[in-house]
Amino acid sequence: MNWKAFFAMLGRDAHVARRNFVALLFQTFLQPLMFVFIFGRVMVGSGYMPPSYKGQLLPGIMAICMVGTGIWAVAMPLIAEFQFTREIEDRLLAPMEISWLAIEKVVAGTLQALAAGFMVIPAAWLLLRPGVGLNITHPLLFAVVALLVALFSATGGLALGCSMQQTHIGLMFSLVVAPMIFFGCTYYPWSALEKFPILQKAVLVNPLVYASEGLRGTMVPQFSHLPLPAVLGGLVFFNVLLLAFGLSKFHGKSVT
Amino acid sequence: MVAGIRTVDLRKVFTSAPPVAAGTGGFSFGPPKAKGKQPKPEIVALDGISLDILPGEIFCLLGPNGAGKSTTVGVLTTRVRPTSGQAFIGEHDVWQTQVAVKRLIGVVAQRPNLDFSLTAREILTFHGAYFGLSSSERAKRAESLLERFKLTDRADQMVRGFSGGMMQRLSIARAMMHDPQVLFLDEPSAGLDPQTRLLLWEIVREYNHSGKTILLTTHNMEEADALCKRLAIIDHGRVIALGTPQELKASVPGGYLLRLRFGIHSSELLQRLQGLAGVREVRATDGNGADLYADRSGSLIAEVANLAANAGVELCDVHISEPSLENLFLHHTGRSLRE
Repeated sequence: MNWKAFFAMLGRDAHVARRNFVALLFQTFLQPLMFVFIFGRVMVGSGYMPPSYKGQLLPGIMAICMVGTGIWAVAMPLIAEFQFTREIEDRLLAPMEISWLAIEKVVAGTLQALAAGFMVIPAAWLLLRPGVGLNITHPLLFAVVALLVALFSATGGLALGCSMQQTHIGLMFSLVVAPMIFFGCTYYPWSALEKFPILQKAVLVNPLVYASEGLRGTMVPQFSHLPLPAVLGGLVFFNVLLLAFGLSKFHGKSVT
Repeated sequence: MVAGIRTVDLRKVFTSAPPVAAGTGGFSFGPPKAKGKQPKPEIVALDGISLDILPGEIFCLLGPNGAGKSTTVGVLTTRVRPTSGQAFIGEHDVWQTQVAVKRLIGVVAQRPNLDFSLTAREILTFHGAYFGLSSSERAKRAESLLERFKLTDRADQMVRGFSGGMMQRLSIARAMMHDPQVLFLDEPSAGLDPQTRLLLWEIVREYNHSGKTILLTTHNMEEADALCKRLAIIDHGRVIALGTPQELKASVPGGYLLRLRFGIHSSELLQRLQGLAGVREVRATDGNGADLYADRSGSLIAEVANLAANAGVELCDVHISEPSLENLFLHHTGRSLRE
């Protein structure tokens, strides 16, 4: 394995992310934080939502930010670079197995998703306080869940980025990302679906459910959430599945 | 170690995917698929290409668009997996030892594929980093290549705003950045102005003089003639002629080309030109011109001028080409390379 080439490519992605930092910041945080402000502050303050909603909302918003960042960071460049601009060819010709280029993309996406996740906590906390009730009793477990969520966002980005045509980017967001967010237990806990038993079971095929519930279970464990073994199992399963699928698609795109 | 290039009976058959509108790819809302298996359309891009390119040689693949030139380069550069046959760079089997092969080669693709997120200098330095060059070596080589390719004044600008010619120059500089033993140039002078083309030729010759092997594809005979020690003419995925430019040109019977330009277009005159002794073919060209293929040259001019005068058409310009590779291609395929 050629680690020099691997880290050079990681350096390239970090350099590009740094260059686009302000744009990325707005793209990632503006919409979720507005949501936090309206639902968590305005609606709770005016009595439309119970005060406990603040604590339910924060992990879901963190999951949205992480997953959005990871997918965007991996899928969008791949879609563009494999198609019209063919920019990726130079890196495919670097002296390294091409699978490692895909893995490098996943690592870069994971790091960006983690950065986004950890930036959302203080930002949302500032908007929501007081009464968030953040209670991270097992920091290590929280870190593992956050890492798996970030990894899921990047492997999802790899799978989507290697499966989509440039002309389908709009559809990717309206048919994949948006339903995933709305049915991903981000704005409400999984237990809130008890009155909709079929829906409650159906959403379990959505990996974002495990991400939101996992963060909920480790950040605000006082609220009901999916059991953590189920969360960890779900996240590991989807990570492996999406990575294998993404790598196979990546190979198909790299070599004709 | 200087590496050569060898291919043994390379075949590549593309089975192109059905269009998205047929309801098979991505998200689409086309009509439902017909029942039963549809046969995939097969395109034979390479049909048994065997080449032996010597270390330190400039070798050219000459052929029209779609002949299989880029596919051959793709197979040799780990980007197109052959259906059958073998490809070697030096001693390395391209498809068994891809990483070792990638260390030995530099590739300039037919279409610019620069990293649009970076500046010109960064494109070179990051490329150097992928190949493990030290930071100081990267900076030094990038500076020298930017200067050599006359890009120093735009070195720190994003390449998105570069002209086609500048992108092409930068692509070539990037391919040379890690000092590869074998350089692949796929249609390198497409879209370059004549001055830049000459600069490119000079750089390619210089690189070759430092002992490197160069494989160049082109459909420009002048380029093949000016640069290559040997060339293969390929069409429909097969080598149809192979040798030095001189050997190949000598094998063309007749083979002179008279490029004529008249004051006005006259179909009748073109028909009469066809009747002149020794004229093999007359083709109308853009701008009231005609290309006249014949087995003699100078002695035809007076007769052409007479015919034009009789038809009341002014003969404005005559250019005689010696037997050329263009004529060779025409001789072998019945088609012009430019078609």
